[in-house]
Amino acid sequence: MPHLHSQYNPIAKVIHWLSALAVFTLFVVGYWMVDLNYYSEWYKIAPHWHKSIGLVLLAVTLFRIVWKLTHSSPEIEGASWEKFSAKIAHTLLYILLIAVFISGYLISTADGRGIEVFNWFTLPGLGSFFENQEDIAGEVHFYLTYSLIGLALLHALAALKHHFINKDNTLKKML
Amino acid sequence: MKKLVLISTIVSALALPTFANAADYKIDDKGAHASINFKVSHLGYSFIQGRFNTFSGDFSFDANNVEASKVAVTIDTSSLDSNHAERDKHIKSGDFINVGKYSTSTFVSTKVVKKSDGGLAISGDLTLHGVTKNVTLDALFIGEGNDPWGGYRAGFEATTRLELKDFNITVMGASSYVDMELHVEGIKQ
Repeated sequence: MPHLHSQYNPIAKVIHWLSALAVFTLFVVGYWMVDLNYYSEWYKIAPHWHKSIGLVLLAVTLFRIVWKLTHSSPEIEGASWEKFSAKIAHTLLYILLIAVFISGYLISTADGRGIEVFNWFTLPGLGSFFENQEDIAGEVHFYLTYSLIGLALLHALAALKHHFINKDNTLKKML
Repeated sequence: MKKLVLISTIVSALALPTFANAADYKIDDKGAHASINFKVSHLGYSFIQGRFNTFSGDFSFDANNVEASKVAVTIDTSSLDSNHAERDKHIKSGDFINVGKYSTSTFVSTKVVKKSDGGLAISGDLTLHGVTKNVTLDALFIGEGNDPWGGYRAGFEATTRLELKDFNITVMGASSYVDMELHVEGIKQ
């Protein structure tokens, strides 16, 4: 029974805000860690955390998609073009997230090595799928991440616009 | 038919002398009976061994006239492999050999000298990271002869030390030089 709620369910809210925090943290850490000096004390630990958080977020995102598909969400408000754009943007955010996870995974596993997640378990590597995988996946990861951050900012601006200009329920339903 | 055989015999006989002395060989990169390896210091505590997987080249060699030998090799720098994708990505990046900009490295011999110990000093122009510099390979002829599959092969090994600063490659800590070790087997053409 869709569109009977004025609020997202608590699980959806928690995952939404945690994802937002994780994505921006990963972006900042990623931006910073790629230029670390080899002799920096962060050189090993920063990428380790970046990968660990990223892969946990992948698991959370997969759960989130299943949750989203099996639970109803409140109605999207606004003009029909806004509703349409919102749907496109939300779907694109999910697609970009997944694509960023995959490209990141492909960098570190290009030689068949697995990725250690918080020294908790190792996600196995699937090896090389194409020539110079670590370089190409790195480029793709870079551009997809910037696209994701750009779209996330647009998403936030749209929510603020609805909140302060249209004074509707768009932001409140996620709080 | 008889006439054709005769003509081919004459043509072969005429052509023969040009191939008789310095035979031309193609480096057997397809069968991977050749490797271009490098060894570089890690922190000054040990060494990392890596190689370039993709290259091609040829040489001419005559055991009786060694100093007339020639060799030319082209290396695809993006094929660098140190058995760790993340490290390869770093070495291939702009921080070091910048394969995006300098995708090939070449070596073309200019002079071969037979040394008193029986080894060969192969001087040539090495282009790496956009810089061309004369380097000398300390080479050794290993052997030649028929292979079991109807071909004829000759093989060498060679070493040289490259100072990274000579090629404008960033020196990081103790890693100021790279020792190259080459194993090259060619198939007579």
